[in-house]
Amino acid sequence: MTIHVDLALLAEVEQFLYREARLQDTHAYDDWEALWTDDAIYWIPANGADIDPEQKMSIIYDNRSRIGLRIKQFHTGQRHTQMPRSSLGRVVSNVEIIDDDGKEIRVASNAMIYESNLRGETVWATRNEFLLRRNGDGLRMACKKVVLVNNDKPIYTMSFLV
Amino acid sequence: MITHRALATSVPNFAYLVKEDRIHGSLYTDEEIFRLELENIWYKGWVYVGHTSEVPIPNDFIMKSIGPQEVIMTRDRDGQIHLLQNRCPHRGNQVCTEAKGNRGIFTCPYHRWSFANTGKLRGYPYPDGYETADRSELGLGRVTRMAEYKGFVFGSFAADGPSLEEHLGRGGRDAIDRLVMTSPEGEVEITAGFLQHKAKANWKFLVENETDGYHPQFVHDSIFSVAQSGIGDLYGSESTALARDLGDGHTENDLRPEFRRIGKLLNWFGTTEDRVPDYVAKMVEAYGDEKARQIMIDGTPHVMIFPNLFIAEIQIFVIQPLSVNETVQHVTALQFKGAPDLNSRLRQQTMGSVGPAGFLLADDSEMYERTQRGVAAKNPEWNYLGRGIHRERRDEEGYLVADNTDEVTTRGIWRHYRELMEA
Ligand code: FES
Ligand SMILES: [Fe+2]
Repeated sequence: MTIHVDLALLAEVEQFLYREARLQDTHAYDDWEALWTDDAIYWIPANGADIDPEQKMSIIYDNRSRIGLRIKQFHTGQRHTQMPRSSLGRVVSNVEIIDDDGKEIRVASNAMIYESNLRGETVWATRNEFLLRRNGDGLRMACKKVVLVNNDKPIYTMSFLV
Repeated sequence: MITHRALATSVPNFAYLVKEDRIHGSLYTDEEIFRLELENIWYKGWVYVGHTSEVPIPNDFIMKSIGPQEVIMTRDRDGQIHLLQNRCPHRGNQVCTEAKGNRGIFTCPYHRWSFANTGKLRGYPYPDGYETADRSELGLGRVTRMAEYKGFVFGSFAADGPSLEEHLGRGGRDAIDRLVMTSPEGEVEITAGFLQHKAKANWKFLVENETDGYHPQFVHDSIFSVAQSGIGDLYGSESTALARDLGDGHTENDLRPEFRRIGKLLNWFGTTEDRVPDYVAKMVEAYGDEKARQIMIDGTPHVMIFPNLFIAEIQIFVIQPLSVNETVQHVTALQFKGAPDLNSRLRQQTMGSVGPAGFLLADDSEMYERTQRGVAAKNPEWNYLGRGIHRERRDEEGYLVADNTDEVTTRGIWRHYRELMEA
């Protein structure tokens, strides 16, 4: 089977995901918040990848206003678990365009995140799904779902932007 | 990590380590003490395991724990609950690797012995090889005693000792009674699934923190201020709320005096009647106007039932020690039977607050871990827990109470701990 890849679109999407990763790694909270659409959902499920977030507990299931609250909490300077901030380096790869209807683009990618903080060093591995939307000057995230590969097990505090 | 060799080679002197207003740092770091705690607390007394609503229909099962031990909670085909151990009586293989499901039979994959969900051996291949075996002895291991209070299932590995009702005491039972009353049908359901939050800290730091009314204003200031939450004020120095030692290690922050002073329905949950009209109507129908109002003003309890069940207003936490410096907090939203509109809000608020990324618990957990590292320092050897000792008093029911920020709760936990460890 032949796969047609829109290389220009792929490059644009990759650049967007790398930028998001950089903003997260460097704790550029406001710039990161600006990447979201007004109706955004930021979702980190627990106990599997396909739970119903309206019925079951997720690690994060933020609507746009709760994303904003999360950022405000960082800005108080009293978010103890991020004082000092986690030192982060993440690799984003396996970027794949799943679907593009001209308005919204569904994208899959993986990330490996190395975190160093007061507790020690932790490696996080995730499968990510994005719903990106075109917004004049570029792309925005309408939905980001982060599936931690170990989300069915006990995990340490994960208070940085993942 | 500093180990306390001197202690590790002899029986620790708990009367020395646990004093009325201070406790020794080695209680959190010494591996021998942790081993003794498993023996004297986790594998002897009553430990909360799970809730009957987690296995609602015949043949349901769910994996639970008592300390580091795996426990399979099953409901057999007759509806009876069992607490089984995940160990094949043949050569010890784990018979269950699923977190939950529905099955009447557990089959060990190693040599295919099979067991009913009551634990009873059903059969093994090539039975002629077992002519002398006593099949009745070859079932799955059980948690020695099991008992339930209003859906809350507890287990104990001791054949005798106090009953569950005695263990819960008046205070523990009253907390669960008050909790289930929040449902118009008088029942709690645990159906939203648990988050599992691990901390590199000793379990007792978590137990103490649950009813430490001194920290919220400081540790949680970041979220109280940006969310314009009134919770912080409940733990302020002006608060009329009380810290209470319910005895037997159970402790409480009783917020009712504040909620009654304010006198607004559902203020305990930071909401108002007009947002959950169906719930309010059902409560009035179930309890009558006056009692329903009182329940909705008072709110749900903030009670730590020793050693591992924390009823925290809108959620429950289950504390599971894995080792001397590693503990898991399992947490889920409380769901009240017959209150779907309230329940969806409870889930939303719980998800924001707790777990590895929670607005509240990520900061609590940070404190658990920092205190764990802190107490490894040699000096001062003691944690000072004397706050409010001069203003402790007996309430009408005979419980020790003090201001909500006072450490009367923590002292109660340690007094009970010392009794158990000296027994
Ligand atoms: S170990 Fe289970 S059947 Fe042999
Ligand atoms: Fe707290």
